[in-house]
Amino acid sequence: MTRMQKEEFTITAYTENHVGLLHRITIIFTKRKVNIESITASESEKDGIHRFTIAVTETEEAVEKIVKQIEKQIEVLKADYYKNKEVVQQEVALYKIPSKSLTNGIEVERIVRQHNARFLTIEKGFLVIEKAGFRRETKALFDDLIPFGINEFVRSGRIAVSREEHGIGEYVEQILSKS
Amino acid sequence: MKIMESQIVTKQNKKINTEFINGAEAVVKILIEEQVEVAFGYPGGAIMPIYDALYDEQDRIQHVLARHEQGAIHAAQGFARVTTKPGVCLATSGPGATNLITGLADAQIDSTPLVCITGQVPSSLLGSDAFQETDVIGISMPVTKWNYQITDANEIPEVLAKAFYIARSGRPGPVLIDITKDAQFQKFDYSYTCFKKIRSYVPKPEIDLSSIEKAASAINNAKRPLILFGQGVILANAEKEFKNLVEKTGIPSAWTILGLSALDTDHPLNVGMLGMHGNYGPNLLTNECDILIAIGMRFDDRVTGNLSKYAKQAKVIHLEIDPAEINKNVKADIPVLGDAKETISHLLKLVKLNSHEKWLQRFIDCAKIEREKVIDKELNPDSETLSMGEVINIINKHTQGDAIIVSDVGQHQMVACRYSKFSKSKSNITSGGLGTMGFGLPAALGAKLGAPDRTVIAVIGDGGFQMTIQELATIYQTKAKVKILLLNNEFLGMVRQWQQLFFEKRYSSTEMINPDFQTIVKGYYIPTKKVTERDKLEKSIEEFLNFDGAYFLEVMVGKENNVFPMVPSGAGVSEIRLE
Repeated sequence: MTRMQKEEFTITAYTENHVGLLHRITIIFTKRKVNIESITASESEKDGIHRFTIAVTETEEAVEKIVKQIEKQIEVLKADYYKNKEVVQQEVALYKIPSKSLTNGIEVERIVRQHNARFLTIEKGFLVIEKAGFRRETKALFDDLIPFGINEFVRSGRIAVSREEHGIGEYVEQILSKS
Repeated sequence: MKIMESQIVTKQNKKINTEFINGAEAVVKILIEEQVEVAFGYPGGAIMPIYDALYDEQDRIQHVLARHEQGAIHAAQGFARVTTKPGVCLATSGPGATNLITGLADAQIDSTPLVCITGQVPSSLLGSDAFQETDVIGISMPVTKWNYQITDANEIPEVLAKAFYIARSGRPGPVLIDITKDAQFQKFDYSYTCFKKIRSYVPKPEIDLSSIEKAASAINNAKRPLILFGQGVILANAEKEFKNLVEKTGIPSAWTILGLSALDTDHPLNVGMLGMHGNYGPNLLTNECDILIAIGMRFDDRVTGNLSKYAKQAKVIHLEIDPAEINKNVKADIPVLGDAKETISHLLKLVKLNSHEKWLQRFIDCAKIEREKVIDKELNPDSETLSMGEVINIINKHTQGDAIIVSDVGQHQMVACRYSKFSKSKSNITSGGLGTMGFGLPAALGAKLGAPDRTVIAVIGDGGFQMTIQELATIYQTKAKVKILLLNNEFLGMVRQWQQLFFEKRYSSTEMINPDFQTIVKGYYIPTKKVTERDKLEKSIEEFLNFDGAYFLEVMVGKENNVFPMVPSGAGVSEIRLE
């Protein structure tokens, strides 16, 4: 892969928890007409510090420039980007299927076990299955459940941690300890 | 104003003296604390409490009532550019706030420090499509360095302290603070301390001395080095250090239009203007130098032309405060991050005393060619009609490079930048990155208020003049002694030039059937004169400059004159055309 070919990247940013920061970050992408495939904001391991995880398919050169612009925002402590092989990543998917599919033999249970998924709840009219994994894994379970009828399907954005021992969290720690 | 004083105990158990005042009074007190002496703005419903508080402090803060919020913000920009202090601008909610957007975008792209305060509908009405409600935080986000909405008066001191700190530190920029009307009325315990640090914000990157060493060694070994300097030198107040660097290394130095005036235009190592309408030598020789030293500039496309044909042979050293500018447009072989004043000082210690006579001679030879083919014709035209260049040339003769020149956008801007002489820094005020027509007149007013002892000349075309012409009233009301030079060619000249060269002379909507500007300006009680003949030009300019007060001089210039040289769009800098 050269820097000019598009590939999947995960962008991580440690930030203050500030109203409007999500918009400030997303407009950096909009301005360059880059599509955000998923975006997740949550607390991080550091007290009071939030963490954005953004999935994009772009050239490395474009991603590098975007990351610099993100880091330039006043409330961003540190931002960086990773290739797929540099992160451990997951997505969570929920599948709602009619409960009558359970009564039609053990087929659904077998599929759920096979995919390392689990039943979250079984209600009178429907049941909800949860599966965490890569995109291709959640998609595979989706395909296998199609014959039973899927009433609702939803998948979360990508969450990821780097494969380094500390990652950019270490820089964030340094910034916080200085202040 | 009745003030109750009390003490509050902070988390750290420190006792701070506080006053029990309302949010609007706090805003005005903070402006005074931040040494704001002039504020530009326009009142309206949602910002009335702040204007009411200003009423009590008229002796300490001069409020300049513009005639349109865009005029107010451009005036604040002009003020900021000559003083390097944040310009302050006030506007009401809704249309007041949206009228600031062009100025914010201009200040953002030209790194001008501004603190804009907008009124907002009461917090209970936010999101209800209330009268004059607009989401100014959302709208202004892409064009501000930082913005914030205050809905509780208790936030005012800390947020405004941050606003001033962010606007002026690091790479400066505009900040917008939106304050709901209820927060302006709300009483609270006020105390104020200036901000000096935000943990998530690094205004000046730490200097890596090894990068300075690398840069110095490349400079010391260079055979054909070229310095490109931009506004970073001015914003860092690094003019002295920069001049020492240029003189010690003997390197020919060329400027971007925002860098203009950082080094005397007559300095023997100042080789002129970069870019699309810049000088022949620096453009041509950008593609022959061996080391390109960019200082406080961002390789704008108007400077570089076609990037794939830009300085490919050169090793690039980039001194820059903003890490996001490194490798953005041109790859830096040796990036040197930091404030220009500091990095240049470090560099000065390591570079050797040098001269590059033969290489400098190349620039002198190019200047001679450009003089023969372009400059002589522009400054001493044999045509009957007047040229913009000859007007600027006579102004130079009388100001000796001492004036502040504020230009608008278009052909006259390029001519003003190309031919004006400057012997003092922070003297060329123009809309560079955004190219905002209408910038010139209000910015000149702001510049005059920021530098009252200096001659301020607004050089404006007939197109841009009509975009903010209402600010003549502000000039009249403030009695600011702004010299307004209108170079009237009855065309949108720059667009017409492109139509002539690239659109087969199809002059689509560029001819202007103008009003009588003399009558209009007289209506604003500003003395005026119109010149159409060469033999009256110099005397009129003398009158214009010597008059004690604002003055409007309209010079009719050739309708279809072109600005040359020119790097055509899409061409490389060395493909610069002289005719």
